[in-house]
Amino acid sequence: MASIWEYANPVKFMRLTDRVMPVVAVAAGLCMVIGIFWGFFLTPDDFRQGSTVKIIYLHVPSALVAINAWFVMLVASLVWFIRRHHVSALVAKAAAPVGAVMTMIALVTGAIWGEPMWGTWWVWDPRLTSFLILFLFYLGYIALWEAIESPDTAADLTAVLCLVGTVFAVLSRYAVNFWNQGLHQGASVLRAGAVTGTDTEEKVSNVFAVPLFICIAGFILFFLALTLLRTRTEIRKRRTAALIAREQLA
Amino acid sequence: MKALLLRDLKLSFRSGGGFGLGLAFFLIVAILVPFGVGPENDLLSKIAAGVLWLGALLACLLSLDRIFALDWEDGSLDLLATSPLPLEAVCAVKALAHWLTTGLPLTLAAPILGLLLSLPESGYVWLITSLLLGTPALSVIGTFGAALTVGIKRGGLLLSLLVLPLYVPTLIFGAEVARRGTEGLAVNGPLALLAGISLAVIAILPFVSALVLRINLR
Repeated sequence: MASIWEYANPVKFMRLTDRVMPVVAVAAGLCMVIGIFWGFFLTPDDFRQGSTVKIIYLHVPSALVAINAWFVMLVASLVWFIRRHHVSALVAKAAAPVGAVMTMIALVTGAIWGEPMWGTWWVWDPRLTSFLILFLFYLGYIALWEAIESPDTAADLTAVLCLVGTVFAVLSRYAVNFWNQGLHQGASVLRAGAVTGTDTEEKVSNVFAVPLFICIAGFILFFLALTLLRTRTEIRKRRTAALIAREQLA
Repeated sequence: MKALLLRDLKLSFRSGGGFGLGLAFFLIVAILVPFGVGPENDLLSKIAAGVLWLGALLACLLSLDRIFALDWEDGSLDLLATSPLPLEAVCAVKALAHWLTTGLPLTLAAPILGLLLSLPESGYVWLITSLLLGTPALSVIGTFGAALTVGIKRGGLLLSLLVLPLYVPTLIFGAEVARRGTEGLAVNGPLALLAGISLAVIAILPFVSALVLRINLR
């Protein structure tokens, strides 16, 4: 196995993803179907929240992917900056709309869950507010990609925006925490304390946790499959543009 | 640097209200709010600090695309980039000129508008302090946004979309200082954070803006 940077070569990338992508997509579909079916029909209702708890199988995975999609974009932007691999910039471009949609799913399912639980669709809670800001960042990032014609300039500028945006996104997260104390519960699925056994706080019971993890795996695989698909599309668009340009020259 | 600063200041004073526009907008916001929420003095004095901060932010946003747009159009930005003055300094001077023509007048006008919105007496000091500390950050972040969108035709809307989320932390801490000060609570925490944001962006963002400008001028 040679270095990972080999796959910065679009031809190699295309050849590899041609084989990998269907596998990932099928695995994502299987995980999502199994996880959601198990979660919706095979788990008992929560004794306090009733059947509304089941929206957790969409809410938690989408929120997780929404944040990590931005992280993927950050890493891809850094790789583009440092090593100037075009595929990397295209991955960042491809991941952004998926992340934006995931953010929207998390916001909408959160609102649907919040209405029966908290009696309100929306509160200006730190977690909710910072997600809304994240959504704005995604919109700005996508809009900047679309607005610039030269592909290299666009890749450079959006990479800078992604870096600066990350700093401000983290800052906003702490700012809104400072600004308002929240209604949203703390982390209750993945916590450091749960691993070390020091965790005594309330957490999601195992009955719900197993299908939830399957759903999370499904959403992550789904994100991967979509990002790969979109990256392949971007590469093909570049090739088409190059062909057209060559034809016009001839 | 001084010449560039003076030139930018002169341009904004002379070229059709770049200077007055922000102030007028600020005034409009402050006047329209009582019509929107009702003229009760209790309610107004409660929200006055936040409304004034928001008005200042929007007025700032309004004038952002003027920072580089004119220089880009007539080509003087290319001259500035090739001049002996480093581009980082150009960005810093542009941000300073923007602050002198919008941030500073807004800060000075805020007490008068506070009077209109029946801001409690204890609030004036903190309103001015927070605006004085926070508006430089708005100008510097805005300069970065303007540098990012300089090559785009009709980039104004895009500029607002890009800059608004970046403004969130400054707005939260600035308005928090003004609100807490008005209610007579301790302001140390948000004040320190606000000053921290301003100093950090002044130290770092001119370099990033210059980097972005170089990419755009390529």
